[in-house]
Amino acid sequence: MTTLELQKIANEVRIGIVSAVYAAKAGHPGGSLSAADIFTYLYFEEMNIDPKDPKKADRDRFVLSKGHTAPGLYSVLAKKGYFPKEDLLTLRHLGSYLQGHPDMKYIPGVDMSSGSLGQGISAAVGIALSAKLYHENYRVYTLLGDGEIQEGQIWEAAMFAGSYKLDNLVVIVDNNGLQIDGAVEEVCSPYPIDKKFEAFNFHVINVADGNDFEQLRVAFEEAKGVTGMPVAIIAKTIKGKGISFMENRVEWHGKAPNDEEYLKAMEDLKKAGEAIC
Amino acid sequence: MLEVKKIATRDSYGNALVELGKENDDIVVLDADLAAATKTGTFKKIFPERHIDCGIAECNMMGIAAGIATTGRIPFASSFAMFAAGRAFEQVRNSIGYPYLNVKIGATHAGISVGEDGATHQCNEDIALMRSIPGMVVINPSDDVEAKAAVKAAYKHKGPVYLRFGRLAAPVINDKSDYTFELGKGVTLREGRDLTIIATGLMVYEVLEAAKILSVGGLEAKVINIHTIKPLDEELVVSAARTTGKVVTVEEHSVIGGLGSAVCDVLCAKAPVMMLKIGIQDVFGESGPAVKLLRKYGLTAAGICKSVKEWY
Repeated sequence: MTTLELQKIANEVRIGIVSAVYAAKAGHPGGSLSAADIFTYLYFEEMNIDPKDPKKADRDRFVLSKGHTAPGLYSVLAKKGYFPKEDLLTLRHLGSYLQGHPDMKYIPGVDMSSGSLGQGISAAVGIALSAKLYHENYRVYTLLGDGEIQEGQIWEAAMFAGSYKLDNLVVIVDNNGLQIDGAVEEVCSPYPIDKKFEAFNFHVINVADGNDFEQLRVAFEEAKGVTGMPVAIIAKTIKGKGISFMENRVEWHGKAPNDEEYLKAMEDLKKAGEAIC
Repeated sequence: MLEVKKIATRDSYGNALVELGKENDDIVVLDADLAAATKTGTFKKIFPERHIDCGIAECNMMGIAAGIATTGRIPFASSFAMFAAGRAFEQVRNSIGYPYLNVKIGATHAGISVGEDGATHQCNEDIALMRSIPGMVVINPSDDVEAKAAVKAAYKHKGPVYLRFGRLAAPVINDKSDYTFELGKGVTLREGRDLTIIATGLMVYEVLEAAKILSVGGLEAKVINIHTIKPLDEELVVSAARTTGKVVTVEEHSVIGGLGSAVCDVLCAKAPVMMLKIGIQDVFGESGPAVKLLRKYGLTAAGICKSVKEWY
C-alpha cells in the first residue's frame, strides 16, 4: 500500500476515533490519535490477518497493552472490516460489545483483553512463546504507552522476552510524552526508553516521527530482519495528533469533545483528508 | 495401629502433570523459580521443552499463561499460593478471569502448614481471593488421590481453575477402588445425625478423626469433603443442613471468605442453621513446625473436637 493510501486510511481511522468518543461522551482520544498511524500501518500493511477469518491459526497477533486507547483499535478494526463502522458509535454504551477497554470475548479481531496497564505485554510474550514452543511462524505485536512503562510488569515481561530471545515479538512504545497527570518526565520519567529496552536485550529502533508512514515502514522492515532477540520500536508521536486543539494537550488524554469541539475536530479531519492527494 | 501413608499434595501436582504431559502435547507448565518446591521440576525432567521458568516474576507469569491460552494450549502456572493468588491477584482477575481463558493455576504451599517460613509465606486468603473472581473454579484437594484426580479434571475443564496444594505430607484417605472425582461435587465420608462437619483440603483427615472422637462422646457428626469450593455443591450442603441442623466448617484458611463463608452464603439463603467456622481466625500465622502450628491454631482433630464441643 502506498504512503498516500495509508494516510487516507489513517485519517478515516481518526474520524472513527473522534466519532466514537463523541458518541460515548467518554474515552481516550489523545493516545488513540497519537497511535492512529501505528494502528493503520499494523492492520493495513504489516500484519498477516484476515477480517473474514479473525481466528485463523497462523495469523499475526496484536495486543493493545495500552488498552484505554481502544477507540483507536476499534476504529482500525472497523475500517479493516472486522465489524460494521456504525457500531463504533455504540462505544461504551450499555449493552454494546465495544467495551471501554478491549474485550476479546465479543469483539472480532481482538486477540487479547486488556486495559489494566502493564498486563498486555505479558500476554503478547506468552503468545510469542507459544509460537516458538510449537514451531509456528506468526509474529506478535504489542503497543505500549510511554506512561504505561512505569508499570513494573512491563520490565518483568521485557526481561523474559529478552532472555528467551523472542524474535517473533515486536513491542511498540507510543511515545507521545503525556500521561494523565502531565508530561511523562515530570510525573516519573521513563527516559531513556531505548537504553532500557537495550539493557533488557531488545533490538531497539527509534522512530523520530511515529506519525510518519515512511519512518514507520523503515522501522517495521528493519524489525523483520532481526533474529535472536525481540524488537522494541520507540515511536515518538504527538498526542491528539490530527486535531488542532488536542495536539500535545494533556487534558485530552481521557475526555470526550463537546458538540462544538466535535464539529471543529471533524472539520480538521475533513481538511486533512482533502489535503491528502 | 496401621501407619497411614502420607504424601504432600504438591507432590501429587507434579506427578499428575507428568501423567497428563505424557498423553497431551498441549500442556505447558510455567513456574516462577520454585520448580523444586512446587514439584513442577518433576515435569521439567521429562518434558524440559514444555517447562518454562519465568523467573521470580509471578505477575508476568500469569500474563504469559493467558497469552499461551489464547493460542489453544493449556498452561499450568505454578507458584506458592501467596504469590499466585496474592501477588498476582489482579493479573489473574484481568488477564485470565475476565477473558475467561483456559489457564490452570497450581498453587502450592497454601495455609499455615507451610511451617517455618512464617506469616509472609502462609497464605490463608487465597480461597477468598480466587473465589471472588467470576467463573473461577477453586479446588482444594484433601489427599494425593484427590489431588491427582483434581489436576486431571482441571485439565479437562474449559476455563480458569485455581488448584490449591499443601507442602505438608497429608494422610492418604481416598485410596479406594471406587473413588471418583467429580468437579463441583462434595463427598459424604461419614453419616451422622447430630451435626454436619464440612471440611476441605488437609482438614478432611483431621475432621474424620475428630468425628470418631466426638462419636465416643455421643455426638454423631456427618462429614462432608468439599474439594471444589467453587462451584460449591449447594444441593449437598443444603440437604445436610436440613437433615442435621447445626453445621461446622473446617479449613486451613481464614474464616473470612473461604469455605466457611461459601457455605454460609448458601445456607443463610436456603437453609439457615447455627454455624461454626473453624479456620484461621483473622490473624497472621508465624514460624514453627507445621504440625505444631496446626495444633496451636486449633486445626487438629483434638482442636476441632474442642471447638465443636464448646459451641455445640
